Amino acid sequence: MIIQAICFYLFAAITIASAVMVISARNPVHSVLFLILAFFNAAALFILLGAEFLGMILIVVYLGAVTVLFLFVVMMLDINVAELRQGFLQYLPIGGLIGLILLAELVLVLGSWVITPEAQAVARAPIPPIDEVSNTAALGNVLYTDYIYLFQASGIVLLVAMVGAIVLTLRSREGVRRQSIRTQNLRSREQSVEIKKVQSGSGV
Amino acid sequence: MESLLREYLPILIFFAVAIGLSGIMILASYIIARQRPDPEKVSAYECGFEAFDDARSRFDVRFYLVSILFIIFDLEVAFLFPWAVSLKETGVFGFWSMVIFLGILTIGFIYEWKKGALEWE
Amino acid sequence: MAELWQGYIWPTIFIVLQIVAVLVPLLLAVAYTTYAERKIIGAMQLRRGPNVVGPFGLLQPIADGVKLLFKETILPAGANRVVFIAAPIITFVLSLVAWAVIPFGEGMVIADINVGILYLFAISSLGVYGIIMAGWASNSKYPFLGALRSAAQMVSYEVSMGFVIITVVVCAGSLNLSEIVEAQRTVWFAIPLLPMFVIFFVSILAETNRTPFDLPEGEAELVAGYFVEYSSMTFALFFLGEYANMLLLSGMTSILFLGGWLPVLGFAPFTWIPGPIWLALKIALVMFVFIWVRATLPRYRYDQLMRLGWKVFLPFSLFWVVLTAGVLIAFDWVPN
Repeated sequence: MIIQAICFYLFAAITIASAVMVISARNPVHSVLFLILAFFNAAALFILLGAEFLGMILIVVYLGAVTVLFLFVVMMLDINVAELRQGFLQYLPIGGLIGLILLAELVLVLGSWVITPEAQAVARAPIPPIDEVSNTAALGNVLYTDYIYLFQASGIVLLVAMVGAIVLTLRSREGVRRQSIRTQNLRSREQSVEIKKVQSGSGV
Repeated sequence: MESLLREYLPILIFFAVAIGLSGIMILASYIIARQRPDPEKVSAYECGFEAFDDARSRFDVRFYLVSILFIIFDLEVAFLFPWAVSLKETGVFGFWSMVIFLGILTIGFIYEWKKGALEWE
Repeated sequence: MAELWQGYIWPTIFIVLQIVAVLVPLLLAVAYTTYAERKIIGAMQLRRGPNVVGPFGLLQPIADGVKLLFKETILPAGANRVVFIAAPIITFVLSLVAWAVIPFGEGMVIADINVGILYLFAISSLGVYGIIMAGWASNSKYPFLGALRSAAQMVSYEVSMGFVIITVVVCAGSLNLSEIVEAQRTVWFAIPLLPMFVIFFVSILAETNRTPFDLPEGEAELVAGYFVEYSSMTFALFFLGEYANMLLLSGMTSILFLGGWLPVLGFAPFTWIPGPIWLALKIALVMFVFIWVRATLPRYRYDQLMRLGWKVFLPFSLFWVVLTAGVLIAFDWVPN
């Protein structure tokens, strides 16, 4: 148990410290790198909770995919940091407001968790117990049957994201020559080879 | 719960050992080898020329498109893992549920294909 | 005090010993993979390969290591120092820690976690960071271009790798690597899932930036890609990490498709040979194919590479996921 506690405080401390660095680092690429560290430690915290599947998926999806995109964007934009800092005060009120709303919501959630007696009982009993069914299987058992509508809705959300990404970023360039394997393979000998009889000494 | 975490402890120790090992290797070389940098040696390599301009330049928007599409397909894979494990439990219904989900995404995939988002030029 | 020793220190020492027992053979294997590669390619091109240091050149990898140790660590002037040093460490560490979940024999695994295959998938999806960070931190053109190409390429092939892993998981009914191996007692998955086996192998070639997909480091155009600016031990870490990664993915291929530590045939002389040796033999076989491919095939063009990943492998492997699951459901063969 002691090791568990030490690990928790270690990971939690690193998560918070790197989260602070994400917003305070001067170089945006450093911010993203700290974000990676924060996600990684968050995944470790998930595993400490016993949610190994969620921990791994957090790494696969957020670290393996989403942050790569962030890194691409930040690396390419070549942001001038000093310019960004200038607008800081201008956005402070609205940023603070959003922060306050989030805080209030968190307090509401946590508060109701403390007040309602049933909620604690629900939280204490993972369904089903972790020693009998691994949590991957536990998720799978309900996600595709009991929650089928939500599952299909998430499919539609992904579809919208896919279409949106293409609509926003795809620009067709003119004058690009593409390889068409079909036309290449369909070419016959007659179309591409021409045999000429060349008289010796006279040239083509 | 306890036994689950006990399996993860070696991974944590493994991380520590591997980081320690690589740190020691770099430090050892830094200490043992003679360090004598000069301006020519530490300049960026560009086949012998002076570097023309800053290396971190803008690049093709297609790289973003690839990584956005990757995020979507990665999520699809993430949804498939629990499904693959509990196919026995969910049976035929679970199977068709997933087929519909994949069908929706296949529509998107066909759209990409037709739009030429998968062409690299 | 006695409890402290009993409860914490002895188990920790035991785990560290286990880790060392995996790391030492692994690093030796990495060193000798580089030797094997040079010898095999030499033989395929009618050359001798390394033959000066030690008998048959056997000490060559050690000589290379010592030479790199004594070289100066160059930190380019325009580079971002911390990230520049961190990139090879990340590559190296990730290629090592993944071995924690590889089962070398029945019960011979450092960390027998429930989601072993997912852990491997997660670690290999992180591999891209070492490369992007190296390319960005170098602040030089070739590394930057190499890193970009490499990132897009690794990301593209990871999708089909994911689908291939799903087909195996559907057939095994578990994410635990030992259980995946045990599920292959009757037949190796390479036989019923042959097309997936081929796709997986080609994808790991792309994942490790090997020929014919070595555009990120194509020496004819990008000099060496993302590690142009690296020297000494930082270079050595990249090099070791890359080869350890190749060994890891060969191990993953063996476990997912070639029955891991199981013998080729399940009866007497074959069952006398212990499991770890079978696994090592299978890894060596896959590694040989890696090297063979390098000696044989020319480099792909970038648009061809992307087309292969997105337009051929992705739809095909997705189709196979549905097909495999459909067949299992239809004949009621789904494992528990």
